[in-house]
Amino acid sequence: MSDIQKLKTLATQIRRDILRMVHAVQSGHPGGSLGCTEYFVALYGSVMKHNPRFQPDAIGEDLFFLSNGHISPVWYSTLARFGYFSTEELATFRKINSRLQGHPATEEGLPGVRVASGSLGQGLSVAIGAAQTKKLNNDPHLVYVLMGDGEQQEGQIWEAAMYAAHHKVDNLIATVDLNGQQIDGPVSKVMDLMDLGAKYRAFGWEVTECANGNDLEQVIAALQHAKTLTGKGKPVLILMRTEMGYGVDFMMHSHKWHGVAPNDEQLAQALAQLPETELKDY
Amino acid sequence: MKKYTFTEKKDTRSGFGAGLLEVGKQNPNVVALCADLTGSLKMNDFQKAFPERFFQVGIAEANMMGLAAGMTIGGKIPYTGTFANFSTGRVYDQIRQSIAYSGKNVKICASHAGITLGEDGATHQILEDIGMMRMLPHMTVINPCDYNQTKAATIAIAAHEGPVYLRFGRPAVPVFMPADQPFVIGKAIVLNEGADVSIFCTGHLVWESIVAGEILAEQGIDAEIINIHTIKPLDEAAVLSSVLKTRCAVTAEEHQIHGGLGDAVAQVLVRNLPAPVEMVAVRDRFGESGTPDQLMAKYGLKAQNIVDAAKAAMRRKAK
Repeated sequence: MSDIQKLKTLATQIRRDILRMVHAVQSGHPGGSLGCTEYFVALYGSVMKHNPRFQPDAIGEDLFFLSNGHISPVWYSTLARFGYFSTEELATFRKINSRLQGHPATEEGLPGVRVASGSLGQGLSVAIGAAQTKKLNNDPHLVYVLMGDGEQQEGQIWEAAMYAAHHKVDNLIATVDLNGQQIDGPVSKVMDLMDLGAKYRAFGWEVTECANGNDLEQVIAALQHAKTLTGKGKPVLILMRTEMGYGVDFMMHSHKWHGVAPNDEQLAQALAQLPETELKDY
Repeated sequence: MKKYTFTEKKDTRSGFGAGLLEVGKQNPNVVALCADLTGSLKMNDFQKAFPERFFQVGIAEANMMGLAAGMTIGGKIPYTGTFANFSTGRVYDQIRQSIAYSGKNVKICASHAGITLGEDGATHQILEDIGMMRMLPHMTVINPCDYNQTKAATIAIAAHEGPVYLRFGRPAVPVFMPADQPFVIGKAIVLNEGADVSIFCTGHLVWESIVAGEILAEQGIDAEIINIHTIKPLDEAAVLSSVLKTRCAVTAEEHQIHGGLGDAVAQVLVRNLPAPVEMVAVRDRFGESGTPDQLMAKYGLKAQNIVDAAKAAMRRKAK
């Protein structure tokens, strides 16, 4: 099997994990998690230099921050599938005494997580700070951060965007998941972002696009292209278009599955569209 | 009453500036961030000495807290600098999630705390910050009393792993603590031993308590004066051993009566050793414009208020 085929198999298995995790506790956020699966597989499976023997200070490796912490299921599954902790632990998601909190946290010592997120708009600032420490440490590795599109409504994002350009934080690749949906409905109806790329460009960022964030090859190519844009005095942004709920037909094209878990029947229907792989269910 | 004297008055924020420069020399991992108040926070010397370790953030405090949290990843020890109001209330959620809950080694350095900020008025006179910060798990809360203690605290917190809130002020106040004092986080300092009433004081109210102790001594009252520079973790043993002797207490702070040192001391006493407590603090009001001295008088934070509170506490002692 080719490497890309292996990663596609992994994406299918991660989607099954996401659905089973949120179904088991009847809570969590499947929509955005399913939509960003290719991004996580591309990042951890192809683009990023990282070590599952987790070291919090990330000396000599790339760093990733999840700002829109509610899509924790896709991150947890990815971390487990890459060996940060056992896949069995995915069964503890959102349960009492678990390291897999509803939103990512460091308090319980979960390997792979370096800062808590969930209250939106904070991850970009944290990523910029970490990127500046990499520069102070003469560590040439990069810092990646994923944000939601609804999250762009938070004011802190724009404080951070202004800062990163002013201070030439060019070892940073931020990605906005443009799925066009937020809890109350389409982003364009709730609070339109208008031309988000133009906004970031006006703030002094290098902006690139990924037209289909659910096409694994395209996501890898977009991230590789973004890497070539680093080190040139500007922070780099990828506008990545995804489909919320991707991979499960009845979860797509709506904000309905942002934060709703499938019932037994819906789970069976969803899993039938994503057959178990040789990686096996947890 | 032990004699305390001073030869000069200096602002505690200058103690911070001097301490920051010193700790910057000692520890190459110390970095500093400032939200457009470099001169007010006395951070210029650090900025000049270590330009590559100083980060101008502009008027964007929420971003500053997130940046600081991120900078700890890779071993830096960030000191953030802005006014106490913008160091706490304005950025409470950023501190809560990215710093305290995430256990990040950030030193939140807050100047112009309390009512002695003076003429700028209540928009800038935060009197709730100790309460907000001491409610956060993992947070250490320090409120030193003079230039020397603020300098010593600024240096000491670099060696403490975990988030710290360091609170200091704007006006020039007596310098009476020794310059070479060791600063031990969480260890209260007994300034005067006495048997009649315990006065637990912090920040600018420590000097007022010393003056109060002298007035009380003239009237035959023997006050024990304890400098609580660390409000969290509170030196509970020091509180209890003093009140075991005196059987009553006064707390004195430049803060709201809710949430600050008074609440912290009262909680320890109620759980372990119930005793009368009188609180010298701002009584659930916002401040206003005026000189620091006028405001301290109007809001009941002067030595005479501490004297009155000490007598009231003593009258309430069990016979």
